[in-house]
Amino acid sequence: MTGFQTLLYKEMLRFWKVSVQTIAAPVLTAILYLVIFGHALEGRAGAFAGVTYSSFLVPGLVMMSVLQNAFANSSSSLIQSKMTGNIVFVLLPPISYLEFFGAYVLAATARGLAVGSGVMLATVWFVDLHLVAPLWTLGFGLASAALAAALGLLAGIVSEKVDQLAAFQNFVILPLTMLAGVFYSVHSLPAPWGQVSHFNPFFYMVDGFRYGFFGTADLSPWTSLAVVASSFFFVSLGCVLILRSGYKLRW
Amino acid sequence: MLGPNGAGKTTLINVIAGLARADAGHAAVMGADVVKDYRRARSMLGVVPQELVFDPFFTVRETLRIQSGYFGIRNNKAWIDEVMHHLDLTGKADANMRALSGGMKRRVLVAQALVHKPPVIVLDEPTAGVDVELRQGLWQFVRRLNRDGHTIVLTTHYLEEAEAYCGRIAMLKAGRIAALDSTANLLKSFSGSQMKLRLDREELPLDFPGELSSRDGNAFVLKLKNFQEVESALAKLREARVEILEMELEPPDLEDVFLRITK
Repeated sequence: MTGFQTLLYKEMLRFWKVSVQTIAAPVLTAILYLVIFGHALEGRAGAFAGVTYSSFLVPGLVMMSVLQNAFANSSSSLIQSKMTGNIVFVLLPPISYLEFFGAYVLAATARGLAVGSGVMLATVWFVDLHLVAPLWTLGFGLASAALAAALGLLAGIVSEKVDQLAAFQNFVILPLTMLAGVFYSVHSLPAPWGQVSHFNPFFYMVDGFRYGFFGTADLSPWTSLAVVASSFFFVSLGCVLILRSGYKLRW
Repeated sequence: MLGPNGAGKTTLINVIAGLARADAGHAAVMGADVVKDYRRARSMLGVVPQELVFDPFFTVRETLRIQSGYFGIRNNKAWIDEVMHHLDLTGKADANMRALSGGMKRRVLVAQALVHKPPVIVLDEPTAGVDVELRQGLWQFVRRLNRDGHTIVLTTHYLEEAEAYCGRIAMLKAGRIAALDSTANLLKSFSGSQMKLRLDREELPLDFPGELSSRDGNAFVLKLKNFQEVESALAKLREARVEILEMELEPPDLEDVFLRITK
């Protein structure tokens, strides 16, 4: 267990030591989104009945920050270690593949949640927002951060160079987040885009997370939870199998 | 382990350390298979990698504390302090890894391999690009560890280091072990002494012992299998009334062995 705890501690210390870049910067980005889109789209974009656009936007921004930062943490930590070669410090000791997986995913989840809480704290004062079902909010925050963290781990293991990881981030993660209904309700999309959104696992995260605030969403939170949980299960299974085989990291 | 570049020294180390998979065969550290029993194998192994790798986020002390934790050791301060002392790192304990010179980073790599007091220590070219002072200090420390019961495995390009410090030598060539024996046996079986002579004439007496390897006017270089041949060579010269102007005897040389085996 000490090996796992140490790896977790090291991963947390890594982003904490550069917290201006890893926590403060994404919080600022989210505030800018709120100020600009909130101002430009207030009253124009469709949201839920009785909910202002800015109030609708905040949970989406929080979730977007959680996802992007959880993904960024595990993926960039791994790719940096691979590029500089110091990954051997983790590969030489008797750390099992499950400990490896757990430590990287937990630390990245913590970073995602830290940034999400930061965005929440910084924006909640400007909008009218109530936590109707806090357990749903917490549950979706946690499950989504963990899923993004595991995706980041997978991308970090498979990528051989920084540009491959950047491609994954720009062509997969960013579109999935942007099209997950962060800035709009997918119900307001013309056909067939509303239907297409249902193939995006990130959509379920945002929708379920929003349910916790408004008690209403595009889908039942149970449906969303089932999608998010099973996505996490399959991505994690992939990670663990790859880690056990040693693919790319050891040979 | 000796061998030309690309002979497979680092690959062999990687197989032992679990950083590479062997296409065939198996490896074990103190009886623990490196694949099936990897936890036990890795906890008994300390590896100093050849590349100067470091984690720029941490200080020297943090690096060593974290490395101890990876091996399941808490409260390792006393041993970390001792290792830092022997490697002359105490003054840099709280310096960031990024701020250290190449030689200092090399010392930290050695310290990292020792945090868990492994019975087997592997040094992959520990003295490549290292100044004379550190090289001396490093060897002193490594010899001490060896005296204390640690097995040291090292690769080096400096043949004189291998000759001076190693009890057994493996020579690798194109991924295969071409020779593996005690240093003394290798020297004995592959190389003889060399005798350099300068005489008062430009030819050797007939039936002269040894094998003439080069000649420049009245200067001769001969390879001798053993010391009896020195004796008979001198007798031959006396018989022929040849005067020796200069004579030099060189002991067996690892470089010679190395070149013969890897050629």
